[in-house]
Amino acid sequence: MIEIEDVHKSFGALEVLKGVSMTVARGEVVSVIGGSGSGKSTLLMCINGLEPIDAGRVVVDGVDVHARATDINRLRRRIGIVFQQWNAFPHLTVLENVMLAPRKVLGKSRAEAEAIATDRLSHVGLKDKLVAYPSRLSGGQQQRMAIARALAMSPDYMLFDEVTSALDPQLVGEVLDTMRMLSSEGMTMVVVTHEMRFARDVSDRVAFFHRGRIHEIGPPEQVIGNPQRPETADFLKSVR
Amino acid sequence: MFNASVSFHDVLFMLRGAGVTLLLTFWAVVGGTTLGVLFGLLRASAPGWPSFALGAVLDVFRSVPLLIQIILVNAFAPILGFDVSAFTIACIVLAVYGAAYCTEIVRASVLAVPQPTRRAARSLGLTWADDLTAIVFPIALRVGLPGWIGLALGLMKDSALVLWIGVIELLRSSQIVVTRTQQPLLVLGIAGAIYFLISFPIARAGAWFERRWQDQ
Ligand SMILES: Nc1ncnc2c1ncn2[C@@H]1O[C@H](COP(=O)(O)OP(=O)(O)OP(=O)(O)O)[C@@H](O)[C@H]1O
Ligand SMILES: [Mg+2]
Repeated sequence: MIEIEDVHKSFGALEVLKGVSMTVARGEVVSVIGGSGSGKSTLLMCINGLEPIDAGRVVVDGVDVHARATDINRLRRRIGIVFQQWNAFPHLTVLENVMLAPRKVLGKSRAEAEAIATDRLSHVGLKDKLVAYPSRLSGGQQQRMAIARALAMSPDYMLFDEVTSALDPQLVGEVLDTMRMLSSEGMTMVVVTHEMRFARDVSDRVAFFHRGRIHEIGPPEQVIGNPQRPETADFLKSVR
Repeated sequence: MFNASVSFHDVLFMLRGAGVTLLLTFWAVVGGTTLGVLFGLLRASAPGWPSFALGAVLDVFRSVPLLIQIILVNAFAPILGFDVSAFTIACIVLAVYGAAYCTEIVRASVLAVPQPTRRAARSLGLTWADDLTAIVFPIALRVGLPGWIGLALGLMKDSALVLWIGVIELLRSSQIVVTRTQQPLLVLGIAGAIYFLISFPIARAGAWFERRWQDQ
């Protein structure tokens, strides 16, 4: 379970998160929607400790992410994150990209890591690209590789930050399908997205972010289908 | 005027000078690169006044002509109580001079590695050290190698300046042969050919790596 309790976060004078609280239960898919600059990416990075927080707590399965005593590298093994920019490691082949963390972080042997990487890459439909370099892949393929790379750590949670926003429209579907597959397998996911259809179809709950606060959170039928707050309704109008 | 032909013995003498040039280059490149990587990493990863101060000091070594540095250090070393050979002084000055340039190459190359790529590595649980060795160094190497090859070749040629403090390297040994034989064009032609033979493999090695990395 991910418990976010009254998290505050500023960049200099700019307060980006103004007291955010929410929980994500095991097996749940929570979509986060909201306008540009509202703090969605920042929140994701606070969940796995890529950004420090100023106040509040983030607790993952009982472990306080931002506590001094927490071994953050250990915790990150269990929380996969995929970004808008696919961030391939350009000097490594697709297979090596996915093998890297199991080898370095989990201490797997080359053979074990290769087996894991091959399995995850097949899972996302990249079995025939193992020896290619990322620069030879389409954006959609690179993004699926990034998902496989995160999955190779066998994480309990997956965080997605607008993973389809930088893709050509015809490549969006293949990535969303991969995410649908993960959710149907029971993966716990926090998905920042502008894809309202995906949010409505796949999420258990949707959180609407506005100016550093969660203004509305609930089942998609409510937040997207029948918003209770005027800000939510305005936002939905703007993206339709 | 006394005139003699260039003998086999003269060529051997020049080759011995070439050996000294190679050794000077080797220590300058090894020392300069080691220091340059350390300083460059510091400059790239720890901004703030220590990094700024280091940059300012290294700027001195980049802007004062190498010849002046060599002569000054050679003059002051004994006064300060260092009892070291001219060859050692030559190596140290060349290495520090090389380090000043290498630092900037390393700094720029490390900063060229996109921050989001590094963040992706850390998000997988890689430690800071893993990120450096598995992600930053290989990518930065591809960025910095051409500049570094240029630096190594430059140090090789600049090493000729140490003849001013009495180190008999390739150029100095050539001068000695010229004085004896009075055949400057032939002797300098041979010296130039030797310099080229030393540089060629280095330049080719660099080109080979670049070609290998091209399809990535
Ligand atoms: N490292 C940083 N330093 C300074 N300001 C930052 C930093 N990262 C984000 N910000 C600022 O914080 C605010 C929230 O950014 P964030 O990326 O979390 O928004 P977002 O909701 O993800 O927006 P988008 O939909 O455009 O991705 C923005 O105003 C942004 O400029
Ligand atoms: Mg964002």
